[in-house]
Formats: sequence, C-alpha cells, structure tokens
Amino acid sequence: MTQAAQYQEKANLLAHGSEPENNWRQYFGFSTDHKVIGIQYLVTTFIFYLVGGVLATLVRTELATPESDFVSREVYNSLFTVHATVMIFLWIVPAATGGFGNYLVPLMIGARDMAFPRLNAIAFWIIPPAGILLMSSFLVGAPGSGWTSYPPLSLISGKAGEMIWILSVLMLGTSSILAAVNFIVTIVKMRIPGMGFNQMPLFCWAMLATSFLALVATPVLAGALILLSFDLIVGTNFFNPTGGGDPVVYQHMFWFYSHPAVYIMILPVFGMISEIVSVHSRKPIFGYKAIAYSSIAICGLGLIVWAHHMFTSGTPPWLRMFFMITSMIIAVPTGIKVFSWLATIWGGKLRLESPLLFAMGFISLFVIGGISGVMVASVPWDIHVHDTYFIVAHLHYVLFGGSVFGLYAAFYHWFPKITGKMLNDTWGKLHFALSYVGFNLAFMPMHKLGIEGMNRRIAEYDPKFAALNLLCTIGAYLLAVSTLPFLVNVCWSWAYGKPASDNPWGALTLEWMTTSPPPVENFEADPVLATGPYDYGMGSRATQVNVPFSDPHSPGLSAGPSSTLRAKADPVVAAMPSDRQGESNNR
Amino acid sequence: MNIPSQIVTLLAGIILTLVSLWYGQNHHLLPIAASEVAPLVDSLFDTMMVIGTGIFLLVNGILIYSVIKFRRDPNDDTDGPPVHGNIPLEIVWTAIPAVIVLGLSIYSFDVYQAEGGQDPMDHSVAHHGKNHTQMAKMSGAAVAAPLIADSQGVDATPLMSEDLPPKQEAPALGTVSPKVGDSTKPTEFVVNAAGMQYAWLFTYPDTEVVAGELHVPINRNVLINISANDVIHAFWVPEFRLKQDAVPGRQTEVRFVANRLGEYPLICAELCGAYHGAMKTKIVVESQADFDTWLQTQIASAEVGLDRAIATTPATLTEVEYLAPYAKEIGVTAGVLQQLQPAAAKSVHAPSIS
Ligand code: HEM
Ligand SMILES: [Cu+2]
Ligand SMILES: [Cu+2]
Repeated sequence: MTQAAQYQEKANLLAHGSEPENNWRQYFGFSTDHKVIGIQYLVTTFIFYLVGGVLATLVRTELATPESDFVSREVYNSLFTVHATVMIFLWIVPAATGGFGNYLVPLMIGARDMAFPRLNAIAFWIIPPAGILLMSSFLVGAPGSGWTSYPPLSLISGKAGEMIWILSVLMLGTSSILAAVNFIVTIVKMRIPGMGFNQMPLFCWAMLATSFLALVATPVLAGALILLSFDLIVGTNFFNPTGGGDPVVYQHMFWFYSHPAVYIMILPVFGMISEIVSVHSRKPIFGYKAIAYSSIAICGLGLIVWAHHMFTSGTPPWLRMFFMITSMIIAVPTGIKVFSWLATIWGGKLRLESPLLFAMGFISLFVIGGISGVMVASVPWDIHVHDTYFIVAHLHYVLFGGSVFGLYAAFYHWFPKITGKMLNDTWGKLHFALSYVGFNLAFMPMHKLGIEGMNRRIAEYDPKFAALNLLCTIGAYLLAVSTLPFLVNVCWSWAYGKPASDNPWGALTLEWMTTSPPPVENFEADPVLATGPYDYGMGSRATQVNVPFSDPHSPGLSAGPSSTLRAKADPVVAAMPSDRQGESNNR
Repeated sequence: MNIPSQIVTLLAGIILTLVSLWYGQNHHLLPIAASEVAPLVDSLFDTMMVIGTGIFLLVNGILIYSVIKFRRDPNDDTDGPPVHGNIPLEIVWTAIPAVIVLGLSIYSFDVYQAEGGQDPMDHSVAHHGKNHTQMAKMSGAAVAAPLIADSQGVDATPLMSEDLPPKQEAPALGTVSPKVGDSTKPTEFVVNAAGMQYAWLFTYPDTEVVAGELHVPINRNVLINISANDVIHAFWVPEFRLKQDAVPGRQTEVRFVANRLGEYPLICAELCGAYHGAMKTKIVVESQADFDTWLQTQIASAEVGLDRAIATTPATLTEVEYLAPYAKEIGVTAGVLQQLQPAAAKSVHAPSIS
C-alpha cells in the first residue's frame, strides 16, 4: 500500500461504512439508491449491447459476400438502423452517463446519493420499456432509414416502424435529460466541504460537461422528432418538400443534437480514462486543469460543429468553411487530453492488468479515430468520403475503439468496488487481446473500402471489394467471440470471485474510502480529503519518494531538473527528505 | 554501450519523420484520379496522411515503449514520481496541434477554392439583388430554372423547366442551392441529372436525349444540374473525388473537368431505400468524337421508339441485365419512367431500367 493511499484511508476511517446486506430483489424494483440504479443501468445497457452486437453480426454476415443473399434488402436496412440506435441510445449513452455516472459521481464527491433520487429512478425506468418498444418494431417492420432517419425517406418507408423509432428515441432522450439535470445539481451542490471544483476527480468534470451538453442539445432532437412525427402521421409538411417543407432543416436540427451526442458518448469515457491511467500508473494525472478545462472547451466547441455532417447537402460554401475550422479546432483540446494521458503513463509504475490494458488500448485506437476525424473535417476530403465506409471506420474507431474500450476499462477498474469481488485478470487479458485484434481486423480495412468507392448502408456491393469485406466480417466474428471471456468472467467472479478489499488498486478518490460494495448512503460520516484525488507519490511529506532527483543515464525519468516532463526542478518531491522544501512548482 | 538519451530521442524523431513522409506518399489507398480536381484532393490527403502517420507512430510508440520500460516490479508497492504537470510542455502540445489544424484548414480552404467551392460572399451577396428580383417575377412552381441557373454569367442553357426545381438563393447567408465544382469557368457542357428510387436519369438539354448512364466529353467544363424526384440521393464519382446530394425540392449542381478517358462508377451515396445499394450506373468519359457518335445513336434509337430502344441499346445492356431481375420489385417500369420524363422531351431514350 502506498504512502498516499494509506494517508487518505487513515483520514477516512471514520467515514468508512460497513458492508451492506445483500438483497437481490431491490435490483428488480423501483429503488432510489444511486448504486442500485447504477447497477440496473449497467446490466440493462449491457444486455442491449449484446442485442446490438447480434444485429451487427447479422449486418456483417450479409456483407460477407457481395450479393444481397442473407436477408432481404429491407431487413438489412432495418438491421443497421436498429443496430446503430441500440448502440448509441441504449448502450453507450446510458451506460457511460447513467451507469457509471450514477454509481460513481455521488461516491466520488462524498455525497450520500444523487440530488433527486426519485427522478433518478424514473430516468432509469424509462429505458427498459423504450428498448423493448424499439425491439418490438421488428414485428411490424422495423425502421429502415438509418439512425439519422432523414426525411423524405423516413416519411415514406414503413410508417409503423418509423413511429416506433421516434417514440423510443424520444423516451430515451427524456431519460437522458432527466439524468443530466440530476448530475448538474449533484455535482454543483453536493460536494463535501473542502472539495472545490478543482479538487474534484476528473470524471466529475467530464460528467458536468456531458450533462450540460445533454441538457442543451437533446431538446432540439426532441423538437425535430416531434415535427417529423407530425409529418409522418398527420401529414404536415415541415420537412416534406412536396408540401413546401425543407428536408435540410431536419438535418440541421438532427445534427445539432447528434454531433454533441458523440461527445456525450466520449466525454464520460475520457473522465474514466483519466482516473484509470493515473491510478494504475501510480502517478498524479498530468495537467489536471488542462484536462478538466479541455472538457469544457470540447463541450462549447461541440455545439458549433454540427454541419460537418452536411458538407454535401444543403450547406452554403461559407458555412462549410466555418464548420470545417471549428471541427478542426476541436482536435486541439482532444489532443491535450491524449498527450496528458501519455505523460501520466510516462515514467510511472504501470500495473499492467486489464483496466490499464483497456485504457491504453483506448488511447491507441481513439487516436486513429481522431486522425480520421480531422481528415473528414476537411471539406474537400469529406466531399469524397462522406457516406462511405471511411466514415463507418472513423465512427467505430471513436465509438468502439474509444467509448467501448473505455467502458471495458471502467468495468475492470470499478467491478471490485461495485460487487466486492475481483475480476479474473487472465480472462481479462484474453478478452483484451481478442477485442483488440478483432476490432482492428473488422474496422481497419473499412478505411480503404470507403476511399476506393464503397458507399455505406448498402446490402450489396461491387465484387471488387469482396476480399476486404470478408476480412471485416471475420474480424467482426472475432469481436463477437471476444465478449464471451468477459461474460464468463463477470458471471463467475461475481459469484465465486476472490473478495476485493476496500481499495484494491490503492486509489485516492473517495469511492475507495468506503467498503466494497459501499453501504446504503455510502459513508458513515462525511469523508475528508487528506490528499488530492491524484496525489500519488506525494504521501506524507516526511517519507522518502523512490525517484532519484537526477539520473545520469536517463534524466528524462528522474524527478529532477532534466526530466522530460517537468519544467523546473521540483524540490518538494526530491528524493532525499533533506533536499525537500517549499511548495511544488508543478502543480 | 551507453548512448545518451537525447541522441536516442533525436534518432527516434528522425526515423518517425522519415517513415511518416514515406508512408504519406505510398499508402496506395486512393483510386484512379480522373478529374482535374482529384490530384489536388489527393495531395491534401497525402499531407494529412503524413501528419496522421506521425501522430499515430508517436502515440503508439510511447505506449509500447511505456509498456516495456515502465512495468511495475510486482514487489514494488511504491508510487511513481509525483509529476503534476509542466506548463511549457503543455503549451507546446497545445500550440503544435493548433498550428497543424490551422495549416490544414488553410490548405483545405485552398483546395476547396481550386475545386471552385466558392467565393462565398460574392455569390450570396453580390448577386442577391438580381436573383431576388427574378424570383419575385416568377410565379408558382413552374419556375424556369435556367433564368437563375447561373448567376456567374454563364450562358443560360435551355434546361427542362418542369424537370428541375428552382435553385434557391436566399438573400443573405442562408440556404443556397448547394454546389461543388468550379463555377468561375464558363460552362461548356450541361447535363441534367435526376435521381429517383433507384436510378439516375440524365437529360442532355441540347438534344433532349435521356439516358440512364452519363456520357461526357473529356477535358470540358461540365455542369451537372442535379435534382431528386422522391427522396435524397447523392451523386458520387469516386474517381472524381466529388459528391453532391440530390435534394428534393431544390436544385443542386456539380461541376467537373474529366481528364482521363474511361468508365467510372457513378454511385448514389445517400441512403434512399431498400435498393440503395443497387443504385449505381457509370459515367463514360470519352473523346468529343466518340461522344458525338454516342449522342447520334441515342437520338436515332430514340426515334425508333421507346420500347425498341430498350432492347437495342447496347450501351445500357449490362445494366439492364444487372437490374432486370428486380426491376419489377422496384416497381420501376417503362411507364413510370415515361411519366417522370418531361413532357417537352420529344425524343426519349429508355433509361437503364425497364
Ligand atoms: C460488434 C461490433 C460492431 C460491428 C461488427 C459493427 C458493424 C457495423 C457495420 C458493418 C455498420 C455499417 C452498416 C452499413 O452502413 O451498412 C455499422 C454501422 C454503425 N454502427 Fe456498428 N458495429 C459494431 C459496434 C458498434 C458500436 C459499439 C457502436 C457504438 C455506438 C456502433 C455504432 C454504429 C453506428 C452509429 C453506425 C451507423 C449506422 C447508420 O449508418 O445508420 N457500432 N456497424
Ligand atoms: Cu459530428
Ligand atoms: Cu441511394
């Protein structure tokens, strides 16, 4: 156990609760405990993830050969439409914000629950019916106009399915808005005394930014969908050109939400990665403020880039230029985060177990999605690759390589806290290896496919693309298989796993200062901050830190003046206690 | 051997740069370039590939190096060095990406300009008065598109008025008829393209020939006026690196100069329904002489009559074959097509599907 962690734990002995009685029935009912709700979210959304994965596998099976020979073309369109809708609205968004957000935010800020527990429960209970509703659309002809549902196509293909899609997304949007309000109030109002905004764990910063985005953007989507449903059922003409409506207006409204939505899906994961990288590298997060404020920058910029999805539709040239520049600038705060994580890892003492492996996998894959993202922000290039498999590759590198790998990292990291049991690390590593290889096999070739001329959302394609598509399909099967070790691991470990200590990773944030799993109301007394959330290596100042102040062979790794990572000598952390003095220069 | 770490870093940097430069030029990802703007887009992509490869190698190199070098000794329970940050370093990695993306923006803007993407203000402001009055004078839906078809002063070509919705030029910075391609050069050749589920119909205004595939002469400034009859489609020729949506209710345009003989796929790139994947035809770039011959056969076969033409036009045979099995399913029949065609067209050639 490291110095800093001992210090923090000792200070919080009083707050430490006692283990709760386990009552499994509460997980099926209307509980207002944020931890129960968090678990409900996580389990429900993971089930939907499996459903979405089955749909993806069906999509890839159809695409294994150039002909449309596996399902009918209509069904194919429904498959990818429902796949995307499930993945976005029933998996990533609710799992990252609702699931981990609910479980972790109150614990991290030392609160006993969310600000509005009942609202919280309502937000969750909207999700299962909305999901089942969406699935039921397969009985009446599922929606088939893509998760973007552009009119006029969405107005003329299968009314029932389309209406179900609209209703389902409206419900999920409502749930997301309710959750967002709750998070903002909780984070702003319910931190323990002594925790200023700049002492908050970075996950809380990320949740704050995310919730703000959800609150501003989701109502616009709701507006668009309500107008669309009027066009659909009562025959108004908001978006229908035959009656003088304008389909491009729908695209603006849709993307005004749906671009921020990608940040709603990735920002919480950024927050989780910041936590995980720091804990498992045993080093303070590098550039706390830069990471925290870049979330806010992304949140602001994320609201003014939406038309980069419309470079080839009704967008005037000057607007294309405006949105190109804003979209490119977003790469800057994102880059800050990536480089800060790398600097955190650099020179650390890496505990290379599943959480850190997935987090590093996240960084390595997300960066590819980021690079292709800057490429598609460039108007001339996007004019070529818009609506092709290049986009499909890009979006999966950010959503799967990014969000899903990050969520897996989070599962491995917080599972001991949530269940009180450790996950098996060998199975975790197997899971990682299969996912990493399968993912790249499935999605890397899609870049080339798109550039060469394979458009997306097609059930049949030119035979010249057959070889690469087969490769993608094999990769997708491998990915499907890769979930098995995870499922087995979770089920087995939950039942028979090695019991987890309260703070198995030696972390400093407050969720680790109570029992695993935490009791109802989390803490016996208000926890206190003896150290900051990332003060690894700082410990009590009287003890020796095992880093040489200077090291002639690799000065970059020392704590001293020539370290790659620091600007000035930092006497506070000098190796010899007698050298130490003053306040840190590098905070 | 004990090489100082600065030297190692320097060497790593040089190798990384060289590899990126090499890969950026040798990725073999792009299809043939067959239009004048394509090489511009390609060098933009190459540049982005150089930078992208560099960043990819840097990030993944650091990760792999860390995994090897910074593994924790299982018995070591202590923490790493408490480094909290480094403002100059953070400024560097904020500034460099900022400069890169700004450079890319300027470069992209340049390419877009050369593609003829704009000049934005000029278009929507300078010509607005003119368009405005014209719009005002015109009544109803049967607006004659050609009148405002080209505010850049190009000879208004006789288009099929009923066929195309008006171009919309909002008075200020709002909606325009979206376009891509260089509109500053005089147009030398015009074709009207109408997208419908699930085919393209190309009308050659001078001769009023209608065809299911697009023939254009090489090295001419071609203007395609695009419209959509039902849902949104998109006109995409990968070898030209150009794409433009066909939006029902408004006319859009794409301009290009094809500079390489050959046949290229012309693909609908916007989901338009069940047979979206089958909605593709070809664009044939040919010499003026070949083009003229083709046009004459079209006119001739059109005079023989719609029904016969279908069977006898060799140019569309492959596509007829391709689509025949499900032409019924799609519900596109000769009758439907005829109905879609402008009444004014006196000679009609059967399009690709029948
Ligand atoms: C099991 C792994 C997955 C596979 C094999 C897979 C496969 C695919 C394929 C082949 C498409 C293209 C369909 C088409 O355009 O015809 C697609 C679309 C899409 N996928 Fe996935 N996917 C997977 C996981 C995910 C995840 C985790 C997300 C997370 C949000 C996601 C989000 C999307 C979205 C948004 C689309 C766009 C759908 C549209 O065009 O409307 N996918 N997926
Ligand atoms: Cu976007
Ligand atoms: Cu289409």
